[in-house]
Amino acid sequence: MSVVTVEGLRKTYGDLVAVRDIDLAVEVGEVFGILGPNGAGKTTTVECVAGLRAPDAGRIEVLGLDPATDSDRLHEQVGVQQQQGALPPKLRVGEALKLYAGFYRDAEDPRRLAATLGLTDRWDAPYRVLSGGQRQRVSIALALVGRPRLAILDELTTGLDPAARRETWGLIRSMRDQGVTVVLVTHSMEEAGELCDRVALIDHGRVVAAGTPARLAHEHGGGTRMSFRPTGTIEDALLTGLPSVRRVVRDGDRLAVTGDPEAVVDVVLALDRVGVRPADLEVASGTLDDAFLALTGHRFHEAEDGGPR
Amino acid sequence: MSATGTVARHRGAFRRLLAVEARLAWREPVALVWGVGLPVVLVLIFGNISAFREVLPGSGGLTVLDAYLPVLVMVVLAMLGLVGLPVPLATYRELGVLRRMSTTPVHPSWVLGAQLVVNLAMAAVAVTLVLGMGMALGAQLPSQALGFALALVLATATLFTLGLCVAAMARTARAAAAVGNALFFPLAFFGGLWLPQPVMPEVLQRISGYTPTGAAVQAMTSTVQGSFPSLASLLVMGGYAVVFAVVAVRTFRWE
Repeated sequence: MSVVTVEGLRKTYGDLVAVRDIDLAVEVGEVFGILGPNGAGKTTTVECVAGLRAPDAGRIEVLGLDPATDSDRLHEQVGVQQQQGALPPKLRVGEALKLYAGFYRDAEDPRRLAATLGLTDRWDAPYRVLSGGQRQRVSIALALVGRPRLAILDELTTGLDPAARRETWGLIRSMRDQGVTVVLVTHSMEEAGELCDRVALIDHGRVVAAGTPARLAHEHGGGTRMSFRPTGTIEDALLTGLPSVRRVVRDGDRLAVTGDPEAVVDVVLALDRVGVRPADLEVASGTLDDAFLALTGHRFHEAEDGGPR
Repeated sequence: MSATGTVARHRGAFRRLLAVEARLAWREPVALVWGVGLPVVLVLIFGNISAFREVLPGSGGLTVLDAYLPVLVMVVLAMLGLVGLPVPLATYRELGVLRRMSTTPVHPSWVLGAQLVVNLAMAAVAVTLVLGMGMALGAQLPSQALGFALALVLATATLFTLGLCVAAMARTARAAAAVGNALFFPLAFFGGLWLPQPVMPEVLQRISGYTPTGAAVQAMTSTVQGSFPSLASLLVMGGYAVVFAVVAVRTFRWE
């Protein structure tokens, strides 16, 4: 069952086309990544999904509701964590959680939520003194306090140190384990690979590919690469004849083989049959970065400057 | 979920929001200090200066202290309207508080409502203190109660809607504070904070009558003298209030 369906979404700001044509389907219970460089149209897309902006064209359905016309009912069931959403500096953590809990029909107990998110000892701390990681946890708490069926998290870990990032990822996994569907907007390939069940790669307001991170990396990321120094002489044909091998390149005394993930085992076994061992074996698989490059013709981080968010 | 349940829940949420905004106003007491503290301290000082007990020439028999009470009421309304109301709103918009709220079942306009209530409550306390302490110090109070109430309501409407325009146009909290203060000083001048209206040069007096604060002080002063405020002063305030309200509604953005 789809929690979010987006078809042919288009959104412009004046002459600026933020979202050109986007289709998405987010299934119940998954962590779905919307991945792309800054300015690709990710935030605009989720703002339309969350009912914060009206699309210029296209159809959106979230939990069976149209966000543009039914935003009140939508906001009961969808928790949103936006970029740059701060709180009044002197508002205390506990006050914020209790206040927001009061906005929802069936809210989570603020104390318990604070405990889950490791905020109990910061209950009386004003927002101003919180660390970046703690602020993010408050932000997640406010997105979850209404017991949403869908949580939209936009650039959740940007600006966090690696430890706080890992911690936040753990929280998102536990959210999913509790049955909350998560839409995660990120420009971090690592985060998407780590957390997401499926991702949509977005560039210039379009979805360039969608699928599980492993599949995208494999299908578009150039496959699995291995490189080794054979301990004996072999013909290329021994390896190129294997169905899982795509390409064999010689580089001095080393061989570089590209192919499917199974190629690694196939090559090692084929070498073994002729009594040769692959010395100094190195294996690398395709990455989402490689996939992005192959799909768009430009590197992920080159696309970072300019453009609408 | 019944409709009454929803209403009760909304009422509860608004009460909580109000409590939070009141606490924040207490913790960040700019409005409290300048909008309530300053005018009250000024009444205390003015009431203890013997020269302020003398009759102000051209005022129809009012002492300087009598003439200053409406001015200080105006200071309360101007400070709370131009600084107390717009600065938190601009801060919340800048910080993304209003944006975050728009993702919840509660519309960010509730924050505006809570800010209005908090500032109106501070105004009520401050005006009561200014008048009460003025009376204790021997000043003459407005004897035309209905006229005074009407003038007070219109003056509040004018200055608070002007404050909403400030909140609408300022992109940042800093800008809102700067614009609010920049408006306060000339408006307080025309309202007679430095030179009470009766002793203003004729031209200045005339100009003052067409400013929101000048008209407010004029209207309140006539009620101290025992007469109903002039239609002109009420129309000036009402006119400004309508214009400011329209501008604020047209230009206010939640993000």
